[in-house]
Amino acid sequence: MSELQLKSQRFRREREADWRRLEAIVDKAEKKSASALSDDEILAMPVLYRSALSSLSVARATSLDQGLIGYLESLAARAYFFVYGARSTPQEQLVAFFSRDWPGGVRGLWRETLIALAITVLGAAVAWWLIGTDSDWFFGFVDQALADGRDPTASRETLRATLYHDEGAEGLSAFSTWLFTHNAGVALLAFALGFAFGAPTIVLLLMNGAMLGAMLHVFFEKGLGFEFGGWLLIHGVTELFAIVLAGAAGMKIGWAVAFPGADSRLEALSRAGRTTGAAMVGVVLMLLLAGLLEGFGRQLIGSDVVRYAIAAATALLWGVYFYGPRPAKVPA
Amino acid sequence: MTAVDITPGERKRQRAMVTPEGLELRLELASVGQRLGALIIDLMIIGAITLAAIIGLLLIASAAGRSAGELVLVVFLLGMFVLRNGYFLAYEMSAKAATPGKRVLGLRVAARDGGRLRFDAVFTRNALRELELFLPMSLMLAGPFSGGGVSGWIYLLGLIWCAVFVFLPVFNADRLRAGDLVAGTWVLRAPRQKLLRDMADDGALHRTDFDFTPAQLDVYGVKELQVLEQVLRTGDRSTVRAVADRIAAKIDYARGDAPDGEFLRAYYHGVRGRLESRLLMGKRRKDKFDAA
Repeated sequence: MSELQLKSQRFRREREADWRRLEAIVDKAEKKSASALSDDEILAMPVLYRSALSSLSVARATSLDQGLIGYLESLAARAYFFVYGARSTPQEQLVAFFSRDWPGGVRGLWRETLIALAITVLGAAVAWWLIGTDSDWFFGFVDQALADGRDPTASRETLRATLYHDEGAEGLSAFSTWLFTHNAGVALLAFALGFAFGAPTIVLLLMNGAMLGAMLHVFFEKGLGFEFGGWLLIHGVTELFAIVLAGAAGMKIGWAVAFPGADSRLEALSRAGRTTGAAMVGVVLMLLLAGLLEGFGRQLIGSDVVRYAIAAATALLWGVYFYGPRPAKVPA
Repeated sequence: MTAVDITPGERKRQRAMVTPEGLELRLELASVGQRLGALIIDLMIIGAITLAAIIGLLLIASAAGRSAGELVLVVFLLGMFVLRNGYFLAYEMSAKAATPGKRVLGLRVAARDGGRLRFDAVFTRNALRELELFLPMSLMLAGPFSGGGVSGWIYLLGLIWCAVFVFLPVFNADRLRAGDLVAGTWVLRAPRQKLLRDMADDGALHRTDFDFTPAQLDVYGVKELQVLEQVLRTGDRSTVRAVADRIAAKIDYARGDAPDGEFLRAYYHGVRGRLESRLLMGKRRKDKFDAA
């Protein structure tokens, strides 16, 4: 009997227990999570993984048992993803994100951020100038539903009332939630559209700027510029900055598609995607904060000075957080 | 013959990745059909949760009266946002790197460079879902004439524009959608596979009952051996009989009244032993036409 046993059969018999053990550990990790593994299992994992890899390479060279090779291929791939895909704990990831990834991602976008800002300002300036020549242009720039009566035909009193309305105490939080989801959607879209060489992103930024310019013109016309500034900037510093950043990220992607440089388009694209991803997560967080400021802060704080103070504080906060000097790279 | 052979479609989706240990792992890309199936399952789950949430919140709102209506609306809006964006994110960040839909079909997301799947990458690939999936869907739902002032031609252009992204995975070899392109990920098929029995174990039991000459064992190559393995694993009686008859005729072996299964198992064992010992010498006889 024993001389009838093939070498590949003996090979399998000797190693099978190790494979089964590795399989059980991977199963457990996939079903629950990596933290469900005991210390022994975590220590055994890399050793078992390497022995499974070596088994696979031996099996490929010496065994003709398809079932065995297929099993080892699948086991090795699953274990590989686990061993090399093993992530740090959620806590560490969170710390790394706030301390390094987010500001780093935003800093990496500084050139695009300036361009996106310039485009927004350009849109605003053009809208301002056009409405100056003919106030009907306003309706071309601002959505009726969003304007909600705040157009050039409105009287100074109505406009003033919209800046300090108290009737919003009811329906206030739902409004801010809606604004947040709406803005986050727009920002994600600005980012995603960058994929098409960045052109739609630029259009989106222009439109956003034009809307801003149109609104500014309406309020300045009626001598409410200072008040409107406070109303807008209390959340606008955060929100506009977030949208500009989203546009910048979109442009970076578009640039990588259009001008990949020495890399292949695919490589350039995924590299750009990797650096902008963290910045985009941050953009969504900024919009959440902006939504809160808009929904609660603006409705509850009526004083222009306090509004401007909050606006300045947020501007300072973001500026220092993103662009402020920081200690030399800490070893990871 | 196709039972074991890799079909051309499968071979086209085979990718090799070299691990840091220097071994080449063979990975299989998910097909477009599998990806679509997984997506449909996921969307159905999201839809079901949305529906349940609407019903549940309406019940709560009606029970608690108007005062709670506001809060319910906030919960709903935020919940929908988190569900739509967080569902894919959370599941693809888990150890399985797959949403429930992908799990059902044995798919998983992986970084193309073989490194670890980072949170930014998962976020990016799902942020682009907005463009590939939700934008075309809302465009379709909006219809050509409800937009007010949007002409049919603009609408058509919009549709074409969206279609480019929707059908992107069909047009590239790695089946990447726009999100995969940007995030540097791809979707692989890595199903769990059970360790099957070694068919040579059975063969060894009956090996002594049969007497094969070396010439008789040298008739076939690796390809035929693997077909035979598949036949034995499936164990369909009429196939086993037909194959046994054919082999007996081909190698000119008088097997008397020996059962088909036993004959085939013993022959499988014999051929495998022979081919494997040649394999050790570095000679792999591909199939029966291979003279090596």
